[in-house]
Amino acid sequence: MTDWIEIGRLEDIPQHGSRVLANGFGNIAVFRTGDDRVFALRDRCPHRGGPLSQGIVHGSRITCPLHNWVIDLESGAAQAPDEGRTACFPIKVEDGVLWLKPR
Amino acid sequence: MAKQKLVLIGNGMAGVRTLEELLKLVPDHYDITVFGAEPHPNYNRILLSPVLAGEKKLEDIIINDDSWYADHRITLYKGRKISRIDRRKRLVMTEDGLEAGYDRLLLATGSVPFILPLPGRDLEGVIGFRDIRDVDLMLQASAQYRHAVVIGGGLLGLEAANGLRKQGMKVTVVHVLDTLMERQLDKPAAALLKCALEENGLNFLMEAQTEALLGDGRVRAVRFKDGLEIPADLVVMAVGIRPNIELAKSAGLHCERGIVVNDTLQTYDPRIYAVGECVQHRGSLFGLVAPLFEQAKVCANHLAEYGIGRYQGSVTSTKLKVTGIDLFSAGDFQGGDGFEELAFQDPSRGVYKKLVVKDNRVKGAVLYGDTVDGAWYFQLMREGTDIGDFRDTVLFGRAHMADEGREGNSVMAMADDAEICGCNGVCKKSIVDAISQKKLFTLDDVRSHTKASASCGSCTGLVEQILAATVGNFEPAPREKPMCKCTEHSHDSVRQAIVERRLQSLRSVFAALDWKTPDGCHSCRPALNYYLLCAWPESYRDDPQSRFINERVHANIQKDGTYSVVPRMWGGLTTPAELRAIADVAEKFRIPTVKVTGGQRIDLLGVRKEDLPAVWADLNAAGMVSGHAYGKALRTVKTCVGSEWCRFGTQDSTGLGVQLEKMTWGSWTPHKFKMAVSGCPRNCAEATIKDFGVVCVDSGYEIHVGGNGGIQIRGTDLLCKVATEAEALEYCGAFMQLYREEGRYLERTAPWIERVGLSHVKSRIVEDPDGRLALFERFRASQLRAQSDPWAELAQPAQRNQFLPLKQLG
Repeated sequence: MTDWIEIGRLEDIPQHGSRVLANGFGNIAVFRTGDDRVFALRDRCPHRGGPLSQGIVHGSRITCPLHNWVIDLESGAAQAPDEGRTACFPIKVEDGVLWLKPR
Repeated sequence: MAKQKLVLIGNGMAGVRTLEELLKLVPDHYDITVFGAEPHPNYNRILLSPVLAGEKKLEDIIINDDSWYADHRITLYKGRKISRIDRRKRLVMTEDGLEAGYDRLLLATGSVPFILPLPGRDLEGVIGFRDIRDVDLMLQASAQYRHAVVIGGGLLGLEAANGLRKQGMKVTVVHVLDTLMERQLDKPAAALLKCALEENGLNFLMEAQTEALLGDGRVRAVRFKDGLEIPADLVVMAVGIRPNIELAKSAGLHCERGIVVNDTLQTYDPRIYAVGECVQHRGSLFGLVAPLFEQAKVCANHLAEYGIGRYQGSVTSTKLKVTGIDLFSAGDFQGGDGFEELAFQDPSRGVYKKLVVKDNRVKGAVLYGDTVDGAWYFQLMREGTDIGDFRDTVLFGRAHMADEGREGNSVMAMADDAEICGCNGVCKKSIVDAISQKKLFTLDDVRSHTKASASCGSCTGLVEQILAATVGNFEPAPREKPMCKCTEHSHDSVRQAIVERRLQSLRSVFAALDWKTPDGCHSCRPALNYYLLCAWPESYRDDPQSRFINERVHANIQKDGTYSVVPRMWGGLTTPAELRAIADVAEKFRIPTVKVTGGQRIDLLGVRKEDLPAVWADLNAAGMVSGHAYGKALRTVKTCVGSEWCRFGTQDSTGLGVQLEKMTWGSWTPHKFKMAVSGCPRNCAEATIKDFGVVCVDSGYEIHVGGNGGIQIRGTDLLCKVATEAEALEYCGAFMQLYREEGRYLERTAPWIERVGLSHVKSRIVEDPDGRLALFERFRASQLRAQSDPWAELAQPAQRNQFLPLKQLG
């Protein structure tokens, strides 16, 4: 069981933007939506492994920059008819501070 | 709270399609009950003909089987006809007394075949051609009897006749006019069709007035007004359909020829909606599938209480197959007074094409035997493109125009393993299988399921043909294509609204134009960002998060997530010092690949994102700026060495190239924009496949526009010739500005010019000196803010953070 770790502040990520948590076992992408919700997903598209952190955030979805797959930030699932899933990580904001629970 | 109740009357294509669209939007909003008069699940009525002809089985044409209804918790009553609607109590009742209440009611009762009021019409063996029961009756008759008569020489009649012939019957088609399929074909095409069908063994009686059906119990013969009698054991009436409005009428809903609906597909009772062949919308009735599907989409949106979208009618073209013969027709194909006709005939190949033209605009088309360009002609018609510039070759098709012979005539003749989509490696069989197994009906569906034509799009025509041949009659596109799924508005209307209503931000566009999503999508946001930037060059604040990653970080993302960096080299010129600096950067950051590009630049490939600012800082220090090799922007100006060195050179092409690049760099355009300057007509800089090319001649400068060396190679059109470098620069700026203002996002200059016509471009740039100057001034004004090096800005310490990880975890 891992604990929550502090990873930065909400304003470190622009609205509709993303930043990366570097990790030897595969990067984690942290997203901030237009309405200031945050999500954390493995930075890897289930299609060809594209870096999701570099995509365009719209609603609570991210479009992969390589081949325009659309991934749901809440579930990590690819939008039908594409099939695949990216791992999600628990993340929360408290007083502007971002907390993540790596697994 | 209890769920609302939705009742659908009519288990056919339009009604069930509406449910499918509805379930996509709100899966759990309604308790849904469906009543179908036929004892079958929802099937594809268009494919009854192949079932009759023995080419398909009944199970092949089922769209939604019983398990689909169960999976979506829809209560389905098959073979139960609704006899009454009680609008006050909000109840529907079946003939056998079953009742169901509704909060919303959807009528999709379809149509009924029109049966001519002839003596003998009630005899056994006299039927319409509408449903599975009719097909069963025809198949039974063909097993027992010999003579069939089909009354009606339209599409449905010919398909019935063809099917019965294949089942071994001797078939006569009776038509009251002298032309078959007069609603889709002109006389020459109809004559070709009749000939071909006669060769297949069908008989025709044209201009024949049926007087009576004779027989005692079962039909035995057909008698005509002129006294002729022919034997008939089966008579199929295919003279037309009528909206099935009896039920709606008896419920007191306003009906004329059909159930009258408004743009939200509501009847006069706002709780009751109607879609499909039973409705009358703005005076029109419907028989083709595509409009029904458009209605389904709009209706579902309102049933889901989203309240977005209006159905405004459909412009249809028909692409169809009659007994293996490809036909296409669209618009006003008959022509007549005030119209001109362009025609192409090749009897031995069985090909006939006719375009009806007025004022150099396509108004209608009929294609027989070779329909590969149907979609293109339809597009020219819809866009009102001036075809004056390619009128002489337009009948040879788009492939001829683009100087490209990749697409054959008939995709159905291709082998199963023939590669259709070269970008995504999709073969013909995969597309056919996906269409039939996943029940796809639209190009968009096929694209998202198979990826065929989803990348570069050059195989779109082929995919459309496969779709048409696999699902039956098909209509390519509505009048104005919406920009994306977030809106009903087209690119042009959004743009117009931005300018006219002075919308200054993404937020105000979303609000003013009723965007369906809170903040757009990856497709519309970059387009809107560009349109706003183009409309308000001095005040609009660019939104980096609405740009594709390449334009956000000013480098090209590669398949492994690293980036490539291309510094600008004006006109392709460089110096030993610059080359040394590039070499130093490559070594310092251990950049794995260094390559010379097609546009005469040097590409550093495999740069890590976090290194980008430092790489740029080093290149900046040596005097280099961003080459914009990543952007929908001015890319490169390619040059040859020209009169400075070359023994053939007529002008200083390199010098002019440098000037052009210094003037235009940094400008954003709808799509990438490439230029070249060649010093003589030998054209070593390949200026005639660029968006803007200059070919120097002894007396001045030829200005070429709209070339493309990519997906579809297209040579430039000669715009004009000018005498001085200053003029060449002015024409260039004016041309770019016109393209910036008129080109749709992601539309290169080549398709833009084909859409608006070269004459239009000439009239704005060449024939209107004041207009040209105004365009040039607007271009220069927008360049004031555009010409600042993005690398220098992003290499600033305050900006560097965004390129670094938020945190290192381990």
